Amino acid sequence: MTRFVLHRIGFYVLVAVLLAFFAVPLLWLASAPFTSDPTYQVRMPDFTADNFRALFDNPYALGSLWNSVLLAAGTAVLVVAFATLAAYALSRVRLPGRDALLYTLLLLSSIITGTAAMVPLFQLAVELQLIDSQLGLILILTGGLLPAAIFMMKDFMDSTPKSYEESARVFGATPLQIVRHVVVPLVRPGLATIGVWAVANVWGNFLMPYLLLSDVEKQPGAVIMYTLYTEGGQANLQLLATFGLLYSVPVVLMYLFVSKKYGFRFHGGIKR
Amino acid sequence: MSAIELRGLTKVYPGGVKALDSLDLTIPDGEFFALLGPSGCGKTTLLRTIAGLETATGGAVVIGGRDVTGVQPGGRDIAMVFQDYALFPHMDVTDNIAYPLRIKKVARSTREQKAAEVGARLGLDKLMDRRPGQLSGGQQQRVALARVMATQAQAFLFDEPLSNLDARLRLEARTFLKKLQHELGVTTVFVTHDQAEALAMADRMAVMESGHIRQIGTPAEVFQRPANTFVAGFIGSTPMNLLDGVVRGDTVEVADCKLAVPQSAEGLLRDGEKIVYGVRPEYNGYSAEPVDGSLVGKVSIVENLGASYLVTLDVNGVPVQAVVPEGHEPALGDEGYALPRRDRALIYRDGELVSA
Ligand SMILES: Nc1ncnc2c1ncn2[C@@H]1O[C@H](COP(=O)(O)OP(=O)(O)OP(=O)(O)O)[C@@H](O)[C@H]1O
Ligand SMILES: [Mg+2]
Repeated sequence: MTRFVLHRIGFYVLVAVLLAFFAVPLLWLASAPFTSDPTYQVRMPDFTADNFRALFDNPYALGSLWNSVLLAAGTAVLVVAFATLAAYALSRVRLPGRDALLYTLLLLSSIITGTAAMVPLFQLAVELQLIDSQLGLILILTGGLLPAAIFMMKDFMDSTPKSYEESARVFGATPLQIVRHVVVPLVRPGLATIGVWAVANVWGNFLMPYLLLSDVEKQPGAVIMYTLYTEGGQANLQLLATFGLLYSVPVVLMYLFVSKKYGFRFHGGIKR
Repeated sequence: MSAIELRGLTKVYPGGVKALDSLDLTIPDGEFFALLGPSGCGKTTLLRTIAGLETATGGAVVIGGRDVTGVQPGGRDIAMVFQDYALFPHMDVTDNIAYPLRIKKVARSTREQKAAEVGARLGLDKLMDRRPGQLSGGQQQRVALARVMATQAQAFLFDEPLSNLDARLRLEARTFLKKLQHELGVTTVFVTHDQAEALAMADRMAVMESGHIRQIGTPAEVFQRPANTFVAGFIGSTPMNLLDGVVRGDTVEVADCKLAVPQSAEGLLRDGEKIVYGVRPEYNGYSAEPVDGSLVGKVSIVENLGASYLVTLDVNGVPVQAVVPEGHEPALGDEGYALPRRDRALIYRDGELVSA
């Protein structure tokens, strides 16, 4: 009996320590922006708005968040659209060497948006005059995410019964109509998952925009955050904390929205 | 105008399975036609090839006088009900029924009106706002029928439309479907592996075996005069007695009993040749008293069929079945006499029916 109690106590202490590990940074993120002179410690905030005022005075901060939204939304839309069409075709058409093709794409994609291909990508972008262009960046990010997205979408497509589509085909629906009327509604949770995944990927991507955009006005939040230093070269905690909070809000909102609208929930094995 | 004609239709699946082997078939306009056969004989393949969901390896499909062999399913002017109904789970009943019209770019108000009309005709008027997931199997089946009716296609194709229903509902749906087809008068091909269903519903039927059609005819023809031993064994709720025998003059010797030559084979048999003597248990008259020219044996099994009994006689080691009306069933071990009806018994030579 006492052994059981000791076990329990030990277990909960462990859980508490682990939780603290994750909770403290979040607490800091929630409190520091409202604290007059934030340090690395978590303190009771005095609810000042000075930090926000200072941030809004920064010429690039708010614009960069808007840039992030543009890049993420643009990429997500393209990734979802292309991945859906490609995955549908790959799932339904018998191609010799289809699986090999998919795996190769997947392998290459981790290189394309990775550090390894930085130099050739840069040169390619220069040659195609896609350098310093948000559209160019969106296209390159899309290319990097597509293979994995196709791979995931194909899984969703494979698990939808064929007879729905065949039925629509007999009624005379064209392939595009079948995708719009039948396939897309059936794989909607898959679309939501991939959209969110693409947004999260672009939102946190530092390297690509840093490399391909030179105009500060076009930089997204992830890059601008890197510039928030004091004159002394120290990290400007005031701005960093505040910017960090604003930077994370859109992503949280998106998760809430998507999970409410498309019901991608945690399908645990737990009965409620 | 919408007869279906198949000429030398062949389908070989990748991998070499020959599912249809040079099949010829003509289904006249307005006919209710059943495709019957054991599992894997190619019924679904035939239906899907008519629909255009499978491309024929050889031969031609002609619908309403037009060769549609190379035409996409949507261009063949046919409608199909799938075994799992394939109702779109994200659309309500109205949208499901109206879907074919949506493809034809019919205005929303017109197609909703049309869906309501067809739905009401099939007794779905109270369910029009539900999703397929909120319907019973029988209701789903009616929605699938309604959707097909809304197309006003030249021909309907049904793949085992009743197999997802329970036994009771299946009988109801059978009657309903037959009535509906006769009212609409649309050429209809339906696949089933249930011989009772085919007999009950079809105007004409084809019995298939491994990619070949073994017999085509009305249910009465197929039931009374199966063209070969395969069909004879497949059709009928109780299988036909198929007994090895030898011709002896104007009698046939089966299991050491002498039987009269059936009317259908009179004058067509050679003395001494080996044949198969076929008689349905229903046409095998049972008697407890000795009868001339009958099969004599001991009762080995008595099975209750409801209003009648299926009695199995052991005739010198050969089992012979006869149907006996209720109240006249013998006891196990009794001596029994089975007299085949001469106008119903059949003779098979090398598996094929002997007839003029
Ligand atoms: N896509 C396919 N690829 C290869 N072989 C197939 C394919 N579909 C069916 N077959 C084969 O073709 C033959 C006929 O199949 P089919 O589905 O037409 O049979 P069926 O008569 O409908 O049987 P059931 O009553 O079980 O539905 C079978 O031997 C089957 O294994
Ligand atoms: Mg089948």
